[in-house]
Amino acid sequence: MSTVGDIAHKVRSKNAGPFWLTVDVFCGTPDAFARISQGLDSADVAAALQVDPGVLKRFDLANLNVVKFSAPRPAIQGTRADRDMHGASFAVLIAELPL
Amino acid sequence: MVRVLIPSGALGLGYDRAALARGIAMRPDIIAIDGGSTDSGPHYLGTGTSKYSRNSTKAEWRELMAARAEAGAPLVIGTAGTCGADDAVDWLVDITREIAAETDSKLKIAVLKSGQDAEILKSALKAGRIAPLPPASALDADVLDACTNIVALAGAEQIAAALQTGADIVIAGRTTDTAIIAALPLQRGCHPGGAWHGAKIGECGALATTHPNSGTILIDFDETGFTMQPMGEGVRATPHTVSAHMLYENSDPIRLFEPGGYLDVSDAVYTACDDRSVRVEGSAWVPGPYTVKLEGACRSGFQTVSIALIRDPRYVANIRSWCDDIVVKCTAKAKARVEGDFGIELRIIGLDSTLGPLDTAAKSGTEVGVMGIVTAGTEALSMEVAKMLNPYLLHHPLSEDEEMPTFAFPFSPPEMPRGAIHEFCLNHILSLDDPMEAFHLDVIEVGA
Repeated sequence: MSTVGDIAHKVRSKNAGPFWLTVDVFCGTPDAFARISQGLDSADVAAALQVDPGVLKRFDLANLNVVKFSAPRPAIQGTRADRDMHGASFAVLIAELPL
Repeated sequence: MVRVLIPSGALGLGYDRAALARGIAMRPDIIAIDGGSTDSGPHYLGTGTSKYSRNSTKAEWRELMAARAEAGAPLVIGTAGTCGADDAVDWLVDITREIAAETDSKLKIAVLKSGQDAEILKSALKAGRIAPLPPASALDADVLDACTNIVALAGAEQIAAALQTGADIVIAGRTTDTAIIAALPLQRGCHPGGAWHGAKIGECGALATTHPNSGTILIDFDETGFTMQPMGEGVRATPHTVSAHMLYENSDPIRLFEPGGYLDVSDAVYTACDDRSVRVEGSAWVPGPYTVKLEGACRSGFQTVSIALIRDPRYVANIRSWCDDIVVKCTAKAKARVEGDFGIELRIIGLDSTLGPLDTAAKSGTEVGVMGIVTAGTEALSMEVAKMLNPYLLHHPLSEDEEMPTFAFPFSPPEMPRGAIHEFCLNHILSLDDPMEAFHLDVIEVGA
């Protein structure tokens, strides 16, 4: 079974300010974009990040071959519960999701 | 037309000197550079200090000050000293004074401060002028008192006021990343959507090009949009690299909120001018109420960290239960021996210390590190409990009926005090009648 990371060119996550996390799935080609855009369920992304699916924002950007997700950070940046100050490691959780 | 030169994404990160020289030769109207953001965490705002080394900052700032003199154009920095708190602004002003004295330069400096007084904000809160941004809830006045520093993010209006003083250099406290780039084009009547959009594309220097580390880019703003070109040799900007930058560190890739409105790039059209520069038109600025975002950091305790290294295969295989047992036993012992609240956490480096419970597929290798984190209300208590944790990390057995094990410690003493820890505790906006009412602008002369 393929994962998102196998098909996408790159999956990147970053803080969008201290309270939000954003994950950019750079699909690379229109074909890869179509597979990921149609095959990646927002509920699975929310579950991987352990956030409420109701607060997950999703943007399918065909002109860029990018699928973007934003959600409140699992722990606010820099709090005792936060383990990743820049939010860069969360991308792995999305890259490892099966399609 | 207004030509803005952006040396790099942030002062202290470095840039390509040849690219900067090429940019200066193109006679920019202004040189704009960012000095920080919240991305390095709450410590810097909490303490009003800079993340970057003073020597690196001074070395790069000296070069940019020389570039300013050569270009004959103002130099502006936003979010000075990483966090843009008033103390961090003073830190960069001191560095600027030193450089001016060392280079025998006489300079007029506009100093824009963004620090906020908790009492004034409490009055604004009572008057209904502070509103939460998602996912925050309504603000409690006690949170304002708890903050060691509060800043408001200045927009283009405050930077424009600083530029209008005729200063050679503008040193600004916390600003939006875009304000320092958008201010002059807006002031001179360039297309507002183009001004904000170009500023967003330029705020990280060459990140919106094929060679992100090359640093320097040049943006020409005009009545209908903007044109962006990188200054590094062989570096290219393409419609894809430019448009993709709207994704970067933005929760919404279409709309970007700024003081006084928002940028909407739904109808932006990106066109390659040649093989290295890009023209953008069609971005829209949608005016709204004049609000500025607030950032605050408060102290949330003191921490002491210890690291033990585990290589024994049986202990590595059972590391989770070993750690859980230590936390229970050490917590019970410490509660019996000290006064005051504390917390003990063990993170298993090499298993799931990066993502914690989110990492449901974590596996360990031949060794793991165990990072003990003790958090308490005072530095002394945090150290005291960390010292009680040490014998467990050194000798705790998996079972009662085995020889006492000993584990590796890379340091003596093993306890590393982290000092006070801070948290971001404001995610709110403040309504203003006059953009300058929450900011303070001074003009000073430095040097010979």
